[in-house]
Amino acid sequence: MEIPENVKKRLSIPADEHFYAGHTACQGCGASLGLRYVLKTYGKKTIFTIPACCSTIIAGAWPYSTLDAPLFHTAFETTGAVMSGIEAALKVKGYKVKGEDGVMVVGWAGDGGTADIGLQALSGFLERGHDALYIMYDNEAYMNTGIQRSGSTPYGAWTTNTPGGKKHFLEKRHKKKVIDIVIAHEIPYAATASVAYPEDFIRKLKKARDTPGPSFIQLFAPCPTGWRSPTDKSIELARLAVQTAYFPLFEYENGRYKINMPSPKKEPKPIEEFLKYQGRFKYMTKEDIEVLQQWVNHEWEKLKKLAEIFG
Amino acid sequence: MEYKPIRKVVSGNYAAAYAVKHARVEVVAAYPITPQTSIIEKIAEFIANDEIENIQYVPVESEHSAMAASIGASATGARAFTATSAQGLALMHEMLHWAAGARLPIVMVDVNRAMAPPWSVWDDQTDSLSQRDTGWMQFYAENNQEVYDGVLMAFKIAETVNLPAMVIESAFILSHTYDVVEMIPQELVDEFLPPRKPLYTLTDFDNPISVGALGTPNDYYEFRYKLAKAMEEAKKVIHEVGKEFGERFGRDYSQMIELYKTDDADFVFMGMGSLMGTVKQAVDVLREEGYKVGAAKVRWFRPFPSEELYELAKDVQAIAVLDRNFSFGQEGILFNEAKGALYNTDAKPLMKNYIVGLGGRDFTVNDVRKIAENMKAIIDKGELDVEVDWYHLKR
Repeated sequence: MEIPENVKKRLSIPADEHFYAGHTACQGCGASLGLRYVLKTYGKKTIFTIPACCSTIIAGAWPYSTLDAPLFHTAFETTGAVMSGIEAALKVKGYKVKGEDGVMVVGWAGDGGTADIGLQALSGFLERGHDALYIMYDNEAYMNTGIQRSGSTPYGAWTTNTPGGKKHFLEKRHKKKVIDIVIAHEIPYAATASVAYPEDFIRKLKKARDTPGPSFIQLFAPCPTGWRSPTDKSIELARLAVQTAYFPLFEYENGRYKINMPSPKKEPKPIEEFLKYQGRFKYMTKEDIEVLQQWVNHEWEKLKKLAEIFG
Repeated sequence: MEYKPIRKVVSGNYAAAYAVKHARVEVVAAYPITPQTSIIEKIAEFIANDEIENIQYVPVESEHSAMAASIGASATGARAFTATSAQGLALMHEMLHWAAGARLPIVMVDVNRAMAPPWSVWDDQTDSLSQRDTGWMQFYAENNQEVYDGVLMAFKIAETVNLPAMVIESAFILSHTYDVVEMIPQELVDEFLPPRKPLYTLTDFDNPISVGALGTPNDYYEFRYKLAKAMEEAKKVIHEVGKEFGERFGRDYSQMIELYKTDDADFVFMGMGSLMGTVKQAVDVLREEGYKVGAAKVRWFRPFPSEELYELAKDVQAIAVLDRNFSFGQEGILFNEAKGALYNTDAKPLMKNYIVGLGGRDFTVNDVRKIAENMKAIIDKGELDVEVDWYHLKR
């Protein structure tokens, strides 16, 4: 449908569509929404690298593609390396890379392919300083493989290989702080984002595009299938993750931290708010929830301090 | 321009680096591993001295990433190169499938080195032969000259059939040993090897392509068939490019198996790589001693030169296959392949497998003589003593 010019002017999200209908994501999939926003922001001059993850399937089987942009499907652990090679080749071929009129090289990988098996290639990509953007879409487990825990799975979450049994549950580790590992590489730009806040996400995508050097965005993307949550609650859950400070929105720019919460003065909601609707947390006792709350509080205080000192 | 070779005394590794320079490679992604390292060091030195200009050098964090980055670069349209050895090649294994499956003409030098444990940095072909089924072409160089020539030809062949190619040289025996190499002036290399013209690249933003997508059971099979056909096509292209190389530069590579004094031979020694230099020298000595022997050096292991092997095998009484490698639970890999290639033909020479030189064990002219004596006895008796002979074993 053609959008009238007067309506276009009122839109805060780009009207362009380069993510086709007919993709094969589940209902309520946060990742597919994220991919759509990336394509809206960057348009056709984007080269994607996608490793083994849900998006391999979402993008479609040969000879189809959901993406109106070039795409290299690669092996699980190689996103950072393949995008490094693409960026190097673009430079040698004389393309402008990054910036509004440049080619955007985007790595689009899930949390398993980033926090776990792909961490080495991500680190290599970051420390070598390639002009490209790595987006980790975080649905907190290996969803394409059938809901197994990843390093990004939170404390207490049920997955198929960390089930909650009659007596206890197996997932005793807190969520791996991938963005902290990324920031330790002292890259120019890193940020968290959420599919519940598309304007914020798009602003960050533009900043990543306009900042030379490697950039990284960790995008919170609910998965109703893996979270055992209703498909119409994905955006609400993504919003609650931010409002409870479970997944705070912030930016790291050349050594400076900036928290960008929608309502900065409001105190975070209790973590129970985020846990509701989600079957993966249903067997957690009050004590278990308190453990998670303590972790959230600690991480939130840490981030606030960082923003205060290095803001 | 008249061809006047530039003679340089270089190691096998430096010969590879010069070939990379002359091939105007655009992206080199690599990781250090003994004894490959000096290839990349030399290339880096060329770049630091502005002796190569239009190139991107990506010092990656592992061999797996070296191949992944080469794949990204090649899919974007660049001429890409990397080099590795042994454990590094094994680490790359997954991505070798990816390069071939995506039909990317990457060229890699593998410095043949024995697999650990026990740790060994010395020559052995098991690392590269373990990659037999990845869809990569494999060229085994006998000497430093063949390393240089092999890299230049490999790019041309790879870019014609859209398959990746491996040029393989021996650890230390070639990689670190200096020898005279005739190099080709840049202008003439440019005529022989013009810039790459890829069929598809990731930079066609108006007609975006998706590489390596999911292939359903309805399509996967045909993808594999096309790869198989490309390997078959490669035999013709290898012949043509090898012939052209000979016409332009005087060294003919049109045959996938180089034959040495085999015309009237009763039996021949067959093998690959640097050990065949020793064998050829031994053939000269043995001929003076009255043996009617020859040497058959398999240059290309993938695609496998079955037809050329048949032409050789139908006229000899026996073949001694020298394998600097082993497939556990069976036999030497070249032996296994050669027997298989002849099974449905009328060429049935006696074939015996000698396992030699594993992990850098010396293999000398005298060893070839002992093998010749053994072969002579077998032929006289008309049957094998053993099929697989661990020749050097300390008993």
